[in-house]
Amino acid sequence: MKKNVLTAAMASLLALSMALAGCSGSQTAQQPADQSGQNQPGQTATEPANSGPKQLIIGRGADTKSLDPIRETDGETFKVTENIYETLVNYEDTSTKVIPGLAESWEISPDGLIYTFKLRQGVKFHDGTDFNAEAVKFNFDRWMDKNNKYHDSEGYPYYNDMFGGYKGDKDHVIKEVKVVDPYTVQFVLNRTLAPFLANLGMSPFAIASPKAIEGGKLGEQPVGTGPFKFVEWKRNDTITLEKNPDYWNKGLPKLDKVVFKVIPENTARLTALTSGEIDLMDGLNPDDAESVKENQDLQLILRPSMNVGYLAFNTEKKPFDNPKVRQAIGHAINKPELVKAFYSGLGEPATNPMPPSLWGYNDQIKDRDYNLDKAKQLLAEAGYPNGFKVQFWAMPVPRPYIPDGKKMAEAIQQDLKKIGIETEIVTMEWATYLEKTRKGEYDMCLLGWTGDNGDPDNFLYTLLDKNTINGNNIPRYVNEEVHQLLLKAQSSPDQAEREKLYMQAQEIIFNDAPLIPIAHSTPPLAAKKSVTGYQPHPKGSESVEKVDIQ
Amino acid sequence: MALLSYTIRRLLMLIPVLFGMSLIVFAIIHAIPGDPALTILGEKASPKALEELRQQLGLNNPWYVQYFHYLWDILRGDLGDSLHTKAPIAKEMGPYLAATVELTLVSMIFAVFIGVNAGIISAWKQNSWFDYICMLIALIGVSMPVFWLGLMEQWVFAQELKWLPSIGRDNPRDPVTAITHFYIIDAMLAGRWDHLRDVIQHLILPSIALGTIPMAIIARITRSSMLEVMRADYIRTARAKGLGQFFVVYKHALKNAMIPVLTIVGLQTGLLIGGAVLTETIFGWPGVGRYIFTAIGNRDYPVIQSSILVIATIFVLINLLVDLLYAYVDPRIKYR
Repeated sequence: MKKNVLTAAMASLLALSMALAGCSGSQTAQQPADQSGQNQPGQTATEPANSGPKQLIIGRGADTKSLDPIRETDGETFKVTENIYETLVNYEDTSTKVIPGLAESWEISPDGLIYTFKLRQGVKFHDGTDFNAEAVKFNFDRWMDKNNKYHDSEGYPYYNDMFGGYKGDKDHVIKEVKVVDPYTVQFVLNRTLAPFLANLGMSPFAIASPKAIEGGKLGEQPVGTGPFKFVEWKRNDTITLEKNPDYWNKGLPKLDKVVFKVIPENTARLTALTSGEIDLMDGLNPDDAESVKENQDLQLILRPSMNVGYLAFNTEKKPFDNPKVRQAIGHAINKPELVKAFYSGLGEPATNPMPPSLWGYNDQIKDRDYNLDKAKQLLAEAGYPNGFKVQFWAMPVPRPYIPDGKKMAEAIQQDLKKIGIETEIVTMEWATYLEKTRKGEYDMCLLGWTGDNGDPDNFLYTLLDKNTINGNNIPRYVNEEVHQLLLKAQSSPDQAEREKLYMQAQEIIFNDAPLIPIAHSTPPLAAKKSVTGYQPHPKGSESVEKVDIQ
Repeated sequence: MALLSYTIRRLLMLIPVLFGMSLIVFAIIHAIPGDPALTILGEKASPKALEELRQQLGLNNPWYVQYFHYLWDILRGDLGDSLHTKAPIAKEMGPYLAATVELTLVSMIFAVFIGVNAGIISAWKQNSWFDYICMLIALIGVSMPVFWLGLMEQWVFAQELKWLPSIGRDNPRDPVTAITHFYIIDAMLAGRWDHLRDVIQHLILPSIALGTIPMAIIARITRSSMLEVMRADYIRTARAKGLGQFFVVYKHALKNAMIPVLTIVGLQTGLLIGGAVLTETIFGWPGVGRYIFTAIGNRDYPVIQSSILVIATIFVLINLLVDLLYAYVDPRIKYR
């Protein structure tokens, strides 16, 4: 009898092990030298020699929405499309200064209304068609004209925002795109727009092959001029790109293949990096930065900041309609401590609503010191010697500019208690949070902003002009003087003058304190030591054409 | 004949079930606050663009108009388009469903194989050390949080021991060519045995994580059901005839003990198909659970509605299959 039990148990175990791992035998036979099994030779973290094609596997948190960048606004889309498509102008590797891209050079008429671009010659789209002035015109006509055959009926959010709507709209910027000769294209504007050039460098305004646009499947079968060609997209899993051998910039790209792999969980993504299944990851938990630094095989890479996390006041409601109350709270927040506690040191305390990496940043402004006595005094002057009680909204999801909204709110809550302000922390689902804060249904809230084109306008006007109330002007801040300064800066073609105007505006904003900037974060990435040449761009996405694997 | 008409009647019952389902799902997701237009355009969208998009998506219509539009599309066999990716849902969901079904089946094979055998042996050797250990493990298995088990597996087997891959369905450096999207089948169709090995390796950790709870439940049910049957008269008779113990247990007792086990297996399989979202998230598995989860976050109404309908249909079909299997296991059961 005993024997039977044993036989049954053994048979089960044997069958199971064969079913699940029947592979391990043949695997050792085929690759006797490779112990880790799942990696091909030459691609493990430990093996420096690189025999096969150079592949870079990038782990990230979410999938791309579509591969037609003009339709999208999310960073996960641009991370991929920037490798496939190119824009007329580019930004420098780590700053937002504009440099030539598909356009080699340009001229701006003295009145700032005509931009003439000389295009790069001999550039071809991945489908073999020529890149030329006609192609540029084709793309812009598609975007700006609602009656264009290839215009998507849902519209293009970024085009709408950056160029004042579409053809025929009152504020539309681009009057016409003219083909002067095959390699010269001219933009005639309805009105001057100072950040025009900077806007053209944004990822959504990438030039796609007209032939592919006519095919109507750009979102799934992207065709651009970029360093990599599209191969395959397995949704919610991988997007595979391969080297474009005909890329105009000789010597680039250095990699043969790039794979973007979705791994939603931050911890699991780091495990995959440590075990060598991927080569590079973004969305590293700040808490894991230390362990990455200590790991011999890994390196920590910091993305320069292009964001701001802030505490906003509803300036339409009591008691925050009084600037003294807002200033008092500015004195009661210990920014360096918050940065240390919630960004693991991967950020810097903020003074202005725009990051210092942008031109036009006013570094003359000295931030309010952490001083509870002064805060109490200001509260008393405002008529609240015993403080008050308000709701304090905190976002439910980690954002690059505030990694943990609720915990940060709790820390600020403690500080405010010391000056007599009682707060009740409120949180809700993210989409609702955004909707309600935009409508001003809050007293005091945490929020932030990540820049798009590296222009100060994209921070100051977007966040604090009276025209953007119900949009991104969360504090519902109205200051006629600031409004005039920002409008003037928007239409001035003179960079030095714009710089001066933005500095002035920052000063007024600082004194009014409609929001208290808390920090500019530098989001951490992690990569294998063997990955070289990876330079994260402040705007949050970049091409990997210069990346190599040693 | 009776079997056929029973099956047809059960299939017809699907219609009111799915209709009720769709109405409930529709009502719930429209009750959740949050604006799909805002989630599509992101926090940077201008109010004008938002309003235009709402108009475009028909979100300004009253809810019943939206519901009937939706129902009409479903009746024509059109599952609609995703608001988020703008792609047709029927086309988009295929690969996700295949990924989940593949994982679920492997998990259930693991769970049934271990669970049933452990249950049988525990019952057979009731109150032995084997029984105690099995039931202790089963208790731990039932109460183990999936995400914790998953992360531990990754840490031990991928990061520290480097035996198995921690994420995904295949090796991104040498991917499987998707044909049916069932990668085991795809690898075999392509004749790539190295790919097959790779796919199986990728299945091991997630299917253990996903299969542990069903395995523990199945082990416990099998044990108690077996204990009951083992006390029956006909088992005593079988023993009295001098049949070997192995034969008595696996041939005579098991068949009668299988009914409750089958029920549980059916229910658990259905549950795993829609409810593998935690496992899918931790293991970067591009399955249908995560598809729905993301859709909820994006307020992607059509995706939520259609994929829940599809999963409900699968659930009902699995249970139908289980009911039909009862007759095979116990010929006394008749369908009328």
